[in-house]
Amino acid sequence: MSLVDTLTTPAEGDVPLSERGPAAVDVVVGFGFWLFLLSDIVIFGSLFAAYAVLAGQTDGGPDGQHLFDRANVLIETGCLLASSFTCGLFSLAIERRAAAATYLWAAVTFAFGAAFLGLELSEFIRMIGEGAAPTRSAFLSAFFTLVGTHGLHVTLGLCWLAVMVAQIATLGFRPHIVRRLFCFSLFWHALDIVWIGVFTIVYLGAAYA
Amino acid sequence: MHDASDGHDTLHDHAPGGGRHTRGGVRTYLAGLGFAVVLTLASFWVASTQTIWGPSVPVLLAALAIGQMGVHVVFFLHISSGPDDTNNFLALAFGIFIVGLVVFGSMLIMSNLNSNNMTPMANGQMQMQR
Repeated sequence: MSLVDTLTTPAEGDVPLSERGPAAVDVVVGFGFWLFLLSDIVIFGSLFAAYAVLAGQTDGGPDGQHLFDRANVLIETGCLLASSFTCGLFSLAIERRAAAATYLWAAVTFAFGAAFLGLELSEFIRMIGEGAAPTRSAFLSAFFTLVGTHGLHVTLGLCWLAVMVAQIATLGFRPHIVRRLFCFSLFWHALDIVWIGVFTIVYLGAAYA
Repeated sequence: MHDASDGHDTLHDHAPGGGRHTRGGVRTYLAGLGFAVVLTLASFWVASTQTIWGPSVPVLLAALAIGQMGVHVVFFLHISSGPDDTNNFLALAFGIFIVGLVVFGSMLIMSNLNSNNMTPMANGQMQMQR
């Protein structure tokens, strides 16, 4: 990998684009992961489409306006936004190769993400307890699929973060570890972007379903 | 090894989110956080207040959400429309295009089918033809 880097680094300036050889590994990895994230966002797009189509089909059951607790959603949003911000500080600490700051911001990011997940799970449990389970109506099936898929992504992100911290602890800031951390931060920011759609369309838009 | 990971900064490409010395920094993230908090609170306020004319609320909510997504893309993911970001930006544009097709296409088709269902006779004939 370092061979590729030393080969491509001086290839700037007057060398034509077609003769510059392969791009640096960091760029290729980041771009590939970016494509994966966009395909993930397309998945969420189709779940949003399903929700938008089915949001009014409550089958006489409870509708969103009566089920959703806006204060709870605002706290969830705050948790995820704070977590996205501390993830940014986390990647800045990685760039400086500052181990203590890296662990600190990883822990804060994890805590906010876990708080978000806890709030979401307690909301799901409350709704199911009130008889608003996914089997009740098409609206609730679509709701649990969309919001649950996002929650599943957050869960996987938390697992990934824990694994990455263990890898920093055992392997240090090696280039391939730093690339993985970089992909993680992209993933985490993208989840926050999806959540903007969720809270706007699902929770705040419930009155217009 | 460490030099290899951050020594290069080719003119024509950089990875999305890459905090490459010139971009990023705590101030960028703080600015992003500030914008995002303001837009989030504005969304919740618009949805709960009675002072805004009802039919305009969904439009406002959509505008605020799109604005906040833009803030996240620029300040957290560091995607720009600059010349060194062409690949990332084109991929993003394609993703937005596909999502738009899927979401608005589905809603259009389903609302059309719904309105067809209002007249059972016409709907029955359509099903016969299929």
